[in-house]
Amino acid sequence: MSEHVHRDDFGARLGMWLFLVTEIVLFGGLFIGYSYMRYKYPVEFHHGGAELNATLGVINTLVLLTSSLTVVLAIVAIQRAEKKQAMVFLGTTLALGLTFLVIKSFEWAAKFHHGLYPNAPHLGTLPPGEQVFFGLYFTMTGLHGLHVIVGLSLLSVMLWWVATDRIRADRYIHLENSGLYWHLVDVIWIFLLPLFYLAA
Amino acid sequence: MTTHATAQPGYPTAQPSYLVDTGSRKGLLAWLTSTDHKRVGVLYLYSMISFFFVGVGIGFLMRLVQLTPFQHLITARTYNALFTVHGVIMIFLFVIPGLPAVFGNFFLPILIGAKDVAFPRLNLASWYFFMAGAILAVLSLFTGGGAPDTGWTFYAPFSLKTGTNVSLAVFGAFILGFSSMLTGINFITTIHRLRAPGMKWFRMPLMCWALYSTSWIQLLATPILAITLVLVILERFFGIGIFDPAKGGDPLLYQHLFWIYSHPAVYIMILPAMGAITEIIPTFAKRTIFGYKAIAFSSMAIAGVGSLVWAHHMFTSGMSSLATLLFSLLTMVVAVPSAIKVFNWVSTLYKGSIDFQPPLLFALTFIFLFAIGGLTGVMQGALAINVHIHDTYFIVGHFHYVMFGGTGFAFFAALLYWFPKMSGKMYSKKAIYASWFPMFIGFNMLYFGMLILGMMGMPRRYYVHLPQFHTMHVVATVGSWFLVLGLLAFFGTLIYALFKGSKAEDNPWGGVTLEWTIPSPPPQENFETIPTITHGPYHFEQESQ
Repeated sequence: MSEHVHRDDFGARLGMWLFLVTEIVLFGGLFIGYSYMRYKYPVEFHHGGAELNATLGVINTLVLLTSSLTVVLAIVAIQRAEKKQAMVFLGTTLALGLTFLVIKSFEWAAKFHHGLYPNAPHLGTLPPGEQVFFGLYFTMTGLHGLHVIVGLSLLSVMLWWVATDRIRADRYIHLENSGLYWHLVDVIWIFLLPLFYLAA
Repeated sequence: MTTHATAQPGYPTAQPSYLVDTGSRKGLLAWLTSTDHKRVGVLYLYSMISFFFVGVGIGFLMRLVQLTPFQHLITARTYNALFTVHGVIMIFLFVIPGLPAVFGNFFLPILIGAKDVAFPRLNLASWYFFMAGAILAVLSLFTGGGAPDTGWTFYAPFSLKTGTNVSLAVFGAFILGFSSMLTGINFITTIHRLRAPGMKWFRMPLMCWALYSTSWIQLLATPILAITLVLVILERFFGIGIFDPAKGGDPLLYQHLFWIYSHPAVYIMILPAMGAITEIIPTFAKRTIFGYKAIAFSSMAIAGVGSLVWAHHMFTSGMSSLATLLFSLLTMVVAVPSAIKVFNWVSTLYKGSIDFQPPLLFALTFIFLFAIGGLTGVMQGALAINVHIHDTYFIVGHFHYVMFGGTGFAFFAALLYWFPKMSGKMYSKKAIYASWFPMFIGFNMLYFGMLILGMMGMPRRYYVHLPQFHTMHVVATVGSWFLVLGLLAFFGTLIYALFKGSKAEDNPWGGVTLEWTIPSPPPQENFETIPTITHGPYHFEQESQ
C-alpha cells in the first residue's frame, strides 16, 4: 500500500544478480547432464560435434560478443545523457541479436534437413550416444535461443523507454539490469560454443 | 497473563490497519491487487490452507482404502493417482511454500523494521505464479489422460511413458518453482537492504536468519528442479532422449537431478519452521535465546550441508559404493546442526519463567515429533538399514513425522503465535488445547503405526496389503480419524475467532521482537517512524538494559 516512492538502485541490481544466479544454475543442470553424457559417450560426442558447422558457431559468437559491447556503450551514452547515441547502440544490439537468431535458424534448418532432430527416423539409426548429443544440442541451444528472444524483448522495451525518457541519465537501472541479462545470454553461449561446435 | 505496555517511540496511531481498504479499490479486488506484504502473506495463507485441506481429504481417503486388506472403494489406478496428487499438493502447495510465503511475507519486513519487502510488486506477482502453478497442477487431475500416477517424484522412465497427464502437472510445478525463486530473491534483497538502523546481522530475530538461509536454498536449488521438469516435458513431446535408455539416455540422471533440488527442498520446508519455533520459545520462556550465533550459523550449515546429501534417496538405485558411503556420511553430518537447534531450544527453556500458552504447546510438540522424524532419518542414512526399509511405510512414516510433525506443527504453532497480531482477534485457548489432544494422539497412531508397518516390510504405494499388516493398518486408519477431527477443531476455532473472537491485545504474549511493538492488526506501513535498534532481539527485562 506504500504510496511513497522507494528507490534503491543497489537493491535492484542485487536482485538482478540473484536472478542471474538462478539462470546459471538452470543451465547448470544441463551442463551436469552434458558432462555426464560426454563422459559416457566420448566418441559419439566427437562424431556429433563434427556434424555441426563450427564456422557459423564462431560467427555467432562474434555477433553476440559485439552486441554485449553495444549494450555497454548504450549505458555509457545514457549516463552521459546522450539519448540519440544510446538509441543507436540499443538498436545495433537488437539488430545483432536478430542476426544471431537468423544464423541459428539456418543451422537448425540444416540439421532438420539432414534428419538430425529428436525422434527423426535417420537419427534413430545412429548410435545412442549421438542421439543424446543431438537431444542435448537442441535442448541447450533452444533454451539459449529462448533467452535471446526474452533478452531482445527486454531491450526493445528499454529502447522504447529511452525514447520516451523513462530511462534518463539519473535513472537507468532498468537498462543496466537488462544489460546484465544480455551479458548472461552471451556468457552462456560462450560455454555452449566449445561444448558443441568444438567437441569434434 | 501479563501485558507489556509498549509505549515506545514511533508507536503508530494515525495510520489505519492494513485490513482497511483505503485505496480506490474495495473488497476482494483491493486484496488481489495489493502489494502490501501483509496482504500478500494473508492471500498465501488462505490459498494454502485450502490446498492443505484438499491434501488432507485425499490422505484420509487413502487411509480408508487401507482399512481392509483387499481392494475396495476405488481402483488401483485411482489409488496411484491419489498418492501422486496428495504428494504434489502437500509438498508443492503447502509444505515448501508454507512458512516462508505466509509468515515470511507477513513478518520478515516487520521483524527487521522495514515498511515492506524490497520488491513489493514482484512479491504479488509471486503469489499469482503460485496460484497459476497450483491451478495447472489441479487441472492436470481432470484433463488429458487423467491424474498423474507416477508418485510426486515423477521418476523417469515411467513419467516419460505414462499416458496420464504428467506434462501439465510438471509444468504446474515448474511455475510454482518460479514463485519460490522470486520469493527467495525478494527476501535476500530485503534482508540485505532494508534492515532498520542499528539492526545489525546479529541483532536480527532468528526467524530472519532461517528465512535468509531458506531463500538461498530456494535460489540455488529450485532452478535445477525447473530444468529437470523442462527436460521431462521435452522428453514427452519431442523425445530428446536424455532420460530414455533406448536412445542412450539414463533414468538415473533424472533421479540425481530431481533430488539435487528435492533434498534441499526438505530444508526449505524445515528451516523456516525451526525459525518460527526459535521465535516462540524465548517469548514463553521469558528469557533470551540460548546460543544465538549457534542457531544462526546452524541454519546456514543446514543449508550448506543439506545441499550435498541428495543421493541418500538413491542408495538402492545403483551407485558406486564410494558414493553411497560419502552420501551416508554427509547425511549423518547434517543431523548435527539440526541437533544444535534442538539443544538450544531446550536450554532456553531451562530455568526460564515459562508461561504455558497454546503456541508453546505446539512448539514443544514440534520438538517431540521432529526429534522422532530426525532420528528415523539418521537411521535411513545408515546403508544397511536403508536397504531393508527402502520404499516401505517406514519412509512414509519418517517423512510425515518431519514434514507434518515438523513443518506442519511449526506452521500451526506459528499461526497460533501470530494469529492475534495478524487478525487482531484472540482465539479460545481452551478450544485449541482440546483440539491438540486428538491431533497428537491421532498423529502418533497414524505415523508411528507406519514406522512399525515399514519395519515389518509393508511396501509403500500398494493399494492392498497382506493379512499380517492388517492390525497396524487399522490402528493407523483410526489414528487418521482422530487427526482429521483435531485439525477440523483447530481450524474451526481459528475461523470462529476471526469472526467472533475477542479483540487481541497488541502484545498478548509479552514478546519483545518488533512485531509486538506495533498495534494488532498492524497499520499499513507497519511503523510510524522506522525504529532504531540498540540491542539484540530477545531482550527481556530481567536482563541488563
